[in-house]
Amino acid sequence: MAAIAHPDRNFKYWLILPAVFLLLLVGLFPLIFSLVVSFMRVTMLETDTSFAGLVNYVQLFHDARLWQSLLHTLLIMVIALPIELLLGLAMAYLFLDRMPGRQLLVSLLVLPTIISPIVAGATWRLLFDNRYGPINQIIGWFAGHPVPALWTVNPGLVYPAIIFCEIWQWTPFMFLILLAALSNVDRSLTEAAEIDGARFWRSFRYVVLPAIFPVMSIAILIRGLDLFRIFDIIWALTAGGPGTMTETISVYTYVQGFKQFESSYTAAIAFLVIALLTVIVTWAIRRMGLAK
Amino acid sequence: MKGAPFHRRKETKLVLRYLMAAFLVVIFVFPIYWLFAISFKTPGEIFAFPPVWYPKSIQFNNYAVLFKDGDAKTVGNSLVLSSVSTFFAMIFGTIAAYSLARFKTGGENLGVWIISQRMMPPVAIAFPIFLFYVWLGWVDTYIGLIILYTAFSLPYVIWMMRGYIEEIPLELEESALIDGCNRWEVLWKVVFPMARSGLFATAVFTFVFSWNDFLFALVLTRTEVTTYTVQVTHYFGGQSNFWSKIAAMSVLGTIPVFITVATLQRYLVRGISMGAVKG
Repeated sequence: MAAIAHPDRNFKYWLILPAVFLLLLVGLFPLIFSLVVSFMRVTMLETDTSFAGLVNYVQLFHDARLWQSLLHTLLIMVIALPIELLLGLAMAYLFLDRMPGRQLLVSLLVLPTIISPIVAGATWRLLFDNRYGPINQIIGWFAGHPVPALWTVNPGLVYPAIIFCEIWQWTPFMFLILLAALSNVDRSLTEAAEIDGARFWRSFRYVVLPAIFPVMSIAILIRGLDLFRIFDIIWALTAGGPGTMTETISVYTYVQGFKQFESSYTAAIAFLVIALLTVIVTWAIRRMGLAK
Repeated sequence: MKGAPFHRRKETKLVLRYLMAAFLVVIFVFPIYWLFAISFKTPGEIFAFPPVWYPKSIQFNNYAVLFKDGDAKTVGNSLVLSSVSTFFAMIFGTIAAYSLARFKTGGENLGVWIISQRMMPPVAIAFPIFLFYVWLGWVDTYIGLIILYTAFSLPYVIWMMRGYIEEIPLELEESALIDGCNRWEVLWKVVFPMARSGLFATAVFTFVFSWNDFLFALVLTRTEVTTYTVQVTHYFGGQSNFWSKIAAMSVLGTIPVFITVATLQRYLVRGISMGAVKG
């Protein structure tokens, strides 16, 4: 024990050096660089490096489009995340008991989660096509007449379209994690088949839920963070449109930086986002005792 | 159902579960089926109204076009970037994880700082990195993206490998030290072999995360190292005649992921849950 715990003085630092160097190189250094830029008036076309004080940060508060994009992000999050969680939990219960072929079924269900989000978005773009896509066709069967819904353009349908795609891709993620968590709970408590409804709910509320809570909260944290930075699916489906209706904070930051070339202002937005996230994540990590 | 014998009820229940399971599988797999189906369809079938539910014959013309135009090269770019960065991330990440697991280097703060790096939204980092890379001349180069993917994979690798390394009994390392191995030899001869399955599983997920990246590739590539995810979006702008290309390119980029994950089923849970559940 003593030999392992007291290494040759610098060995443990040599081990960690390359990783820390790389994280500083592409993590911290660019941040410091852009912190400096955020106090200037640099655009991609003009390199005015004179000190501009807090101009860009003041502008944040007057930028309605920015706060709307934050609102859009939260809207998607508060709808998609609970659905993914509840649907994932229900699916986990469905597959909890042994059944022949379970392994195969579970692997098939998990496929959406491992494909690239941009491919998922592209796939749903094809599915949602108003004329040649199967979704309108299927809806048309039920409606009894052709339905030419413009899912990625119609203001009333773009959010459902994005949220469908998001739920389709990430519910399996929740499902898989919750299935594993439930499998670790004492079987007699989770066997819904054997006990009546009221007792099932009571045991779920007081025994099962506390048991899976640590894992569940990590899954919620991971998904919550992913939803906060949602970009790929939206880029593929609507690119933020119509107008700026589905522009999330990530899409807006991208547009400011790489379409409008507002370098200094984009840097300020990035810092706003980082500040918001740092507060939330630090709180969540302490709260959940993730830091051990 | 009150009077039914117990085993009957159980059977009905099983049938019901299968029905629900089948329904779910259809819902979740159909979009992927549709993507594959389009990639094999002829233009006439893709733009048929009402839609054609399956291609009449399997033809590879949509793929042939990608190879003829050189677009398929972007899958090769993805392959180079993802595998090289995974290789470096695994080496640097595992030795760092060993340091954290065994010597508590930097206390808990360093561990939390490392994991918090992964929680930052890529777009907030992408812009600063872009400015930095312009200055270095690293935009649209292999080295630029490899370094970026390596660094971005490190928190995941360190977090996962720390968990796997903590499961290795300390006695093995001690006896190796007593047998005259030096510290580095302990790493290569004891830790790496003992953590082999963890290394393998972590590497695959690291590879998949880099492989699926879109935002960094969009921002930091132009023409030379375009990845397949960016290439897929290049077909978006034009009118619907690019559908076959969208589908075929997506399938080319998806098959490698399906194959790797299929071979690694037993690590799936732990891999995607960042070790929250020991799979």
